Amino acid sequence: MEFNGILVVSYIIATILFILALGGLSNQETARRGNWYGIVGMAIALLATVWGIVTQAYAELLVALLIGGTIGLIAARRVQMTQMPELVAILHSLVGLAAVAVGFANFMDPERLSRYAGVALTIHDIETYLGILIGAVTFSGSVIAFGKLSGRIGGKPLILPARHWLNLLLLLGAIWYGYGFVEQSAAGGGMTPLIIMTVIALLFGIHMVMAIGGADMPVVVSMLNSYSGWAASATGFMLGNDLLIVTGALVGSSGAILSYIMCRAMNRKFLAVIAGGFGTSEGTQLAGGEDQGEVVPISPEDTADLLLGAREVMIIPGYGMAVAQAQHIVHELTQALREKKINVRFGIHPVAGRMPGHMNVLLAEAKVPYDIVYEMDEINDDFPDVDVSIVIGANDIVNPSALEDPNGPIGGMPVLECWKGKTTIVLKRSMATGYAGVQNPLFFKENTRMLFGDAKDSLDAVFKAL
Amino acid sequence: MRIGVPREIHAGEKRVATTPDVAAQLIAMGFSVAIESDAGKTASYSDAAYAEAGCDIVATAAEVWGQSDIILKVRAPETGEASLLKKEQTLISFFWPAQNPELLEQLTASGATVMAMDSVPRISRAQKMDALSSMANIAGYRAVVEAAQNFGRFFTGQITAAGKVPPAKVLVIGAGVAGLAAIGAAKAMGAIVRSFDTRPEVKEQVESMDAEFLMLDFEDEDGSGEGGYAKVMSEEFIRAEMALFAEQAKDVDIIITTALIPGKPAPRLITADMVASMKDGSVIVDLAAEQGGNCELTEADKVVVRDGVSIIGYTDLPSRLATQSSQLYATNLRHLLTELNPEKDGEIVVNMDDEVIRGVTVCKGGETTWPPPAPQISAAPPKAAPAAAPAALPEPKKRSAAGPIIGMIVAGLALLGLGAVAPQDFMSHFTVFVLACFVGYMVIWNVTPALHTPLMSVTNAISSIIVIGALMQISSDTGVIKWIAVATVGITAVNIFGGFAVTRRMLEMFRK
Repeated sequence: MEFNGILVVSYIIATILFILALGGLSNQETARRGNWYGIVGMAIALLATVWGIVTQAYAELLVALLIGGTIGLIAARRVQMTQMPELVAILHSLVGLAAVAVGFANFMDPERLSRYAGVALTIHDIETYLGILIGAVTFSGSVIAFGKLSGRIGGKPLILPARHWLNLLLLLGAIWYGYGFVEQSAAGGGMTPLIIMTVIALLFGIHMVMAIGGADMPVVVSMLNSYSGWAASATGFMLGNDLLIVTGALVGSSGAILSYIMCRAMNRKFLAVIAGGFGTSEGTQLAGGEDQGEVVPISPEDTADLLLGAREVMIIPGYGMAVAQAQHIVHELTQALREKKINVRFGIHPVAGRMPGHMNVLLAEAKVPYDIVYEMDEINDDFPDVDVSIVIGANDIVNPSALEDPNGPIGGMPVLECWKGKTTIVLKRSMATGYAGVQNPLFFKENTRMLFGDAKDSLDAVFKAL
Repeated sequence: MRIGVPREIHAGEKRVATTPDVAAQLIAMGFSVAIESDAGKTASYSDAAYAEAGCDIVATAAEVWGQSDIILKVRAPETGEASLLKKEQTLISFFWPAQNPELLEQLTASGATVMAMDSVPRISRAQKMDALSSMANIAGYRAVVEAAQNFGRFFTGQITAAGKVPPAKVLVIGAGVAGLAAIGAAKAMGAIVRSFDTRPEVKEQVESMDAEFLMLDFEDEDGSGEGGYAKVMSEEFIRAEMALFAEQAKDVDIIITTALIPGKPAPRLITADMVASMKDGSVIVDLAAEQGGNCELTEADKVVVRDGVSIIGYTDLPSRLATQSSQLYATNLRHLLTELNPEKDGEIVVNMDDEVIRGVTVCKGGETTWPPPAPQISAAPPKAAPAAAPAALPEPKKRSAAGPIIGMIVAGLALLGLGAVAPQDFMSHFTVFVLACFVGYMVIWNVTPALHTPLMSVTNAISSIIVIGALMQISSDTGVIKWIAVATVGITAVNIFGGFAVTRRMLEMFRK
C-alpha cells in the first residue's frame, strides 16, 4: 500500500472523533453530541477508505452497505428497550464474525507471502491467528449471551465437570495449532490448523459464556464488548492499519474497564466471573424456608394508602420491571406521587438488570427525569429517612445476607439497604429465589410487605387505588 | 362509666377539659358526661350547648367529683381538689409529676389512678393524644400575636405613598412544635424569620417553613436528646451560641424563645446586655417563662419594659386562646379515652402492657408508676446508620509486594524481547496500540453508570471500524476474497447503522 497523506489525516480525524465520542458518552449533558462525533468519525473513515483504497467493486460495496444498513436501522427502531441487552450482544457477535472473515480473507490473499518474510511474516501470521481467535470467541460467546438474554437458552450456568481443565486443554490446543499454523504458513499452507483453531475458539466462546449465570450477564456483555475491540485491534495489526488498532484498543480498554466497574459493584473478582459458576460456589447455603419466619402479603389498596402517607419514597427497580414492561406505569405512579408533594426517587444498583445501565435506559424510555434517578452509592445512606421503598422485581441487589453472611454466594456484594427504611414493599411473582439462587431474608423482615403478582398488574392496581 | 368535668379553679385559667362536640362523641362511646355549671364559659362554650350535646349540668364541683368515675381536667388538681379524689376514680389532666412530687405522693396514697397528659410518650401512635404538642402549637401562634400587640410596627414590609416600611425581623430560638408554629405565624404576617436550634435535624423543618436556619460555626454536636427533645449542650457550644444571639439581638426586632430541656430549668440564652443592645421598641416573647425564662430579665406572667424592650413572660398563652386550646385538648383526651375503652362499652381498662397507657399513668392502685420505662422509638429520625457493617467483609488477603513487581519485570522483559526481534513497522503500530489503550482507560474511567448501556452500544458501533479491513480487501482480484469482503461489509453495516441509531434512540430518551 503506497503512502497517502490525505488518507492518514482522515484517519487521524476519525480517531480523534472516536475519542471525543467516548468522552462525550461519559456525561448525560454531552452524550448526544458524543454519539454524533462517533457517526461523523465513522463516516469520514468510511469515505476516506473508499476513496483512497478501494479501486473496484463499488457496486457490490454499495449494495452490501445498503442491505446491512437497512437491517441495522430497522432492528434499532423495532427493538424494545427491555430487549436492549440482546441487541447489543448480537451486534457484538457481528464484529466477531467480521474479524474472523477479514482474517481468513487476508490469509487467503496470495500477495501475502510476497509482502512479508522472515520475522515479519511470523509476526503477521501471529496477528492473523490472534485476530481470528479473538473474533471467533467473541462471535460464539455473543451468540450464546444473546440466547441466554433472550431466554432461548436457560439462564442457569452450565457447569461441566473439570471445566477449568477443559478450558486449559482448549487453550493449549489453540497454542499448539498456532505453532503449526506459523510453521506451515511460511511454506504456503496452514489452512487446516487455522480452521481447527477457529473451531476450538468457537467452542471456547460457547463454553465460557454457558458457564456464566444470568446474574453476571452485565459483566459478560461488557466483556464481549471489550473482546470485539481487541478483535478489531488485532485485525488492525494484521493489516498494518493504525485506525483499526487505535479504535479497537479504545473499545477494548473501555469494555475492560466497564467490566471491571461491574465486578467491583458486585465485589467479585473479574477472573472469578469469567471462570463462571456464580451462585454455585461453596459457602453456607442459607437455611431453607421454614425458620425464616413469615412473609406478610399486602393488597394494592393498602400499598396505595402507605404511599399516600409517605414523604420519602424510594423505588428500586430490577430485572422484574423489565420483564413485566412496567416502566411506564412506574413513571405514571411517580408523577402522581410527585404531584402530591411526595419525594419519589429511584435507587439503581449498578448490576440491576441484564446489562450495565439497563434500568436507566428503561426509566429514560418511560420519561422518568434522570435527576431523580440515583446510584446506589448516592442514596444508600438515605434509607433510614425513607418511608416506603418499593422493590420492583429485584432480589439479589436488595439481599441483606450479602452483608450479614460473608461466606454466602453473594457475600460482600454491596446492596441497596432498603430494609433500613420504615417500610419496604416487594413486588414479586412468587417466592422463587433470584439468579444467585439465594434465599432473601428481606422478605421475612418485620417491615417488609409482599405484593405478589405481575409487577405491571400490581402497579396498575396501586395506581388505580391512588 | 360517668365522666365528670369540673370548672378549672386555677386563677386565670380559661380552658375547659371538654367541649360540647367532644362530649357528644364521648357519650356515643358509651360514657355519660357530667359538667359543672359554667365550666366552659371562659372558653365560650355555654351550659346550653353542653346540655344539647347530652351532658348533665351539675351545680357544684363537689357533686362532679362525688358522682364521677373519671375526672377530666386541664390543670393539675389544686389543694382543695386533690382531697376530693377517691380510690376507684381516675383523674386525667396535666400533672407535671417531676415538678409536683408531693401531689403525686398524696394522690398515690389515695389509691386512685392518675393519668398525666404531659407524659404521653412521643411515639407516632400516640401523636393524636399528645396534648403538649397541641398546646405548644397554640402557644407558638399566640406568642406572635402577643409580640405583634406590643410591637409598634408592621410585620410585613410595604412601600406606600407615605414612605417605605421595612419588614420586621423575627428570631425564633428553639424550633420545636411551638417554635415552628411561631415561625409559621410570623411568616404568614410577612416578617423575615430566622430560627436557631441545637438539634441539626430540625434544619430541614425550619427551611420547609421558608425561614432561615442559623447555623452555628461549630464542630458537630448533636443536641437531640431522648424522645425528640433537646439536651444540655457543652460549654463551648453554649459560648458559640451566645455569641450568635448577641450578634442577632442587634439586628432583629422580635425574639421568641422556646428553649426547654425536659426536667431542667430553662437555659439562659438572652442576657441583660443583649436586651440592652436591641433597638427600642423591640419585643421578646419568652415561652419558657414558667421554667425560669430563656431571657435573664423575664418576669413570669408579666410584660416588663427594660431598656425600651418589652419582655413578655406570659405562662398562660394556651389559656389566652381558650376556645381553640379547649377544643384540641378535649380531642386529645377523647383519643386517650378511646384507647382506654377497647370494647367501646363505656368501661375503661388500664392496660399497663400498652406502651402509651403505661406512659401516661403516673399512679395506680396505691403505687407510683412514674417515671415509665424509656420509650422504644424516638420521634426524631434515628441517626444515619453506619454505612456498611465492616465486620461482614472478609479480611482482604495480604498480597506480597513481590507479585506485581515480578509481573512488571516479566512484562518488561517480554516487551524487550519483542522489541529485539520485531520489525520497525510493528513497533510503531505497537506504540500506537499501547497509547490508545491508555486513552480508552482515561476517557472511560469516569463514565456515569446511567450511561453504561448507551456507551456500550456506541463502542459497539465504533468497533465495527473493522469494516476498514473488509474495504481493504474488497478490491481484490481473487473472487473468494472479494465476496467474503462484501459479506463482511454487509455484516458490519448492520452494526454501524444499528449501533449508532439505537444509541441515538436511547439518548433521546434521557431527559431532565
